Amino acid sequence: MKVFHLHRRTTGDVVFDIINTIIMIFLIIVTLYPFWNTLVYSLNSPVDSLRGGLYLWPRQFTFSNYSLILSEENVYWASVVSILRALTGSVANVLCTVIIGYALSQKSFVLNKFYSYLFVFSMYFSGGLIPGYFLMRDLHLINNFLVYILPATVSAWNIMVVRSYISELPKGLIESAKIDGASEFRIIFSIIFPLSMPVVACILLFVAVGQWNSWFDTMLYCGNNQSLSTLAYELQKVLQTSQSLSTQSSQAQALIPAAMRNIVTPQSVRATMTIITIVPIMCVYPFLQKYFVNGLTLGGVKE
Amino acid sequence: MIKAEVSPKLENGSVALMPKKKSFFASLVRQKDLVLITLPFAALLILFNYVPLWGWIMAFQNYKPGLGIFNSKWVGFKNFYDLFHDSYFFLGIRNTLGISLLKLVTGYLGSITLALLINEIKNLAFKKTVQTISYLPHFVSWVVVSGLVYTCLSTDGGVVNEILMKLHIISEPFNFMGTPKLFWGVMAGSDLWKEIGWNSIIYLAAMSGINPDIYEAADIDGAGRFRKIFSITLPGILPTIKILLILSVGNLLTVGFEQTYLLSNNMVIDYSQTLELYVYNYGMGMGRYSFATAAGIFNSVVALILVTTFNKLSKTISGESAF
Repeated sequence: MKVFHLHRRTTGDVVFDIINTIIMIFLIIVTLYPFWNTLVYSLNSPVDSLRGGLYLWPRQFTFSNYSLILSEENVYWASVVSILRALTGSVANVLCTVIIGYALSQKSFVLNKFYSYLFVFSMYFSGGLIPGYFLMRDLHLINNFLVYILPATVSAWNIMVVRSYISELPKGLIESAKIDGASEFRIIFSIIFPLSMPVVACILLFVAVGQWNSWFDTMLYCGNNQSLSTLAYELQKVLQTSQSLSTQSSQAQALIPAAMRNIVTPQSVRATMTIITIVPIMCVYPFLQKYFVNGLTLGGVKE
Repeated sequence: MIKAEVSPKLENGSVALMPKKKSFFASLVRQKDLVLITLPFAALLILFNYVPLWGWIMAFQNYKPGLGIFNSKWVGFKNFYDLFHDSYFFLGIRNTLGISLLKLVTGYLGSITLALLINEIKNLAFKKTVQTISYLPHFVSWVVVSGLVYTCLSTDGGVVNEILMKLHIISEPFNFMGTPKLFWGVMAGSDLWKEIGWNSIIYLAAMSGINPDIYEAADIDGAGRFRKIFSITLPGILPTIKILLILSVGNLLTVGFEQTYLLSNNMVIDYSQTLELYVYNYGMGMGRYSFATAAGIFNSVVALILVTTFNKLSKTISGESAF
């Protein structure tokens, strides 16, 4: 915000700015340091890391952690599943969101009121964990890739955001397309989709990040099926074992086969897996920025 | 605001529409394209969000997975009776409310303060950088964050212990993750770290809606920085603060399952077992499906009552509501 300063900057003003800048730099350090430190551990020789005292820079720089972990078959397949999840899940969700969002934006649609109730109520209520689990079992979705996609296809929150976005598009466009004899299908894919690209792109990326990050459904529904494991769940398993082992590195060390003891430690596996999991997110999220302020105000308070 | 558009007669739709039955079906046929392409998604929603309610029957049975709902034995309200006589259940309620309230207070004060401070940054590039970095943890999963929390608070060279020792505040490493009384603090602290930047977005958006003329007028009158913050900026975002506060009070029973599950451990269980974790431990852990479903029903019903009550409250107070 541009404010015109008609009066001279007082010493109080200058002091305020300096303190504010210091607070912000402190915030940046507190936010970034844990990630940076993890990166340092992942790039340091595992045996050397056991000595501790690694803070800002690797002591014995190496890529061996990455080459070892990425050549691990479990990790490789888990990343493939994670990527598939993120792609399929986000496309399915966006398709549903735009179609239902369009239908709800049409006041004359016969099922408008029925759908509004149905979708909005689902935001505030759920059957709970146990009935949900048995539903998945009865639908034969346990140990099935579709358990990642189908339940996550409908998102009432996204639908409400897109509905208000579409409601603000010029009505004349849809009207004239209808007069020209365009089918609803045609209207959705040739008019609504291209015009809602900003919000669609945003939802696509959000859902993809959510899918990439989710591990609890993997543990619950596909926990004993290695071929359906995801990267996030693999990381969770690594973290859990290394935490339950107590913090004594030597004890943790004892669990690793003797032959590998020189090349890998739980600490470096943990750090490397963490970095592998967050790098794709770090590449994607800055692009989301220009959209999410609009998305948030659209869906929430301002409406 | 959907509520305003929906006529209250809809719930007994067939009755209300009786006189115009023909036109309802006529428009259904006329709009069949739209009906047909939306139907699969509505079916998915009903299947995954409404059909599980059928499973609530389990709470009144002694459910055995092998027998299914139709053949399991009926036990009436026995599971609810047991639930209200289980001291861990009340510990669960205490922990849920304790963690939620602590998160609410720190989260609110933190994100509002951050928004105010970011708003005061004059250098646009620096402002943008601070914002971008502050959003980062929001996009990272709780799995990663819990790993970072364990690493930073570790007694074996964790950065927090190292700093506290360098400053001579403690003489030997302190076991943060193994101290039951500190668990609520760890939950609130890690949540603050992860979400503070993200939660400040909405306040910054509200601040950018404040008329700049007011600031100019204040400048002419010789108002200082603090005066402007407290007399213009804060009152300007007060409606946003109010409605967000009311809405999150409605969500008090939702602590966040993943965070609790990942950060808790056996040493702190008395302070970490929230209602959500309680349902998981009794249901998936011990196989007491009916009992856990009863606890889940309690959780869902109370949560719904809270949400609707506070939403109504927000409507009467500020004229704004979420639905």
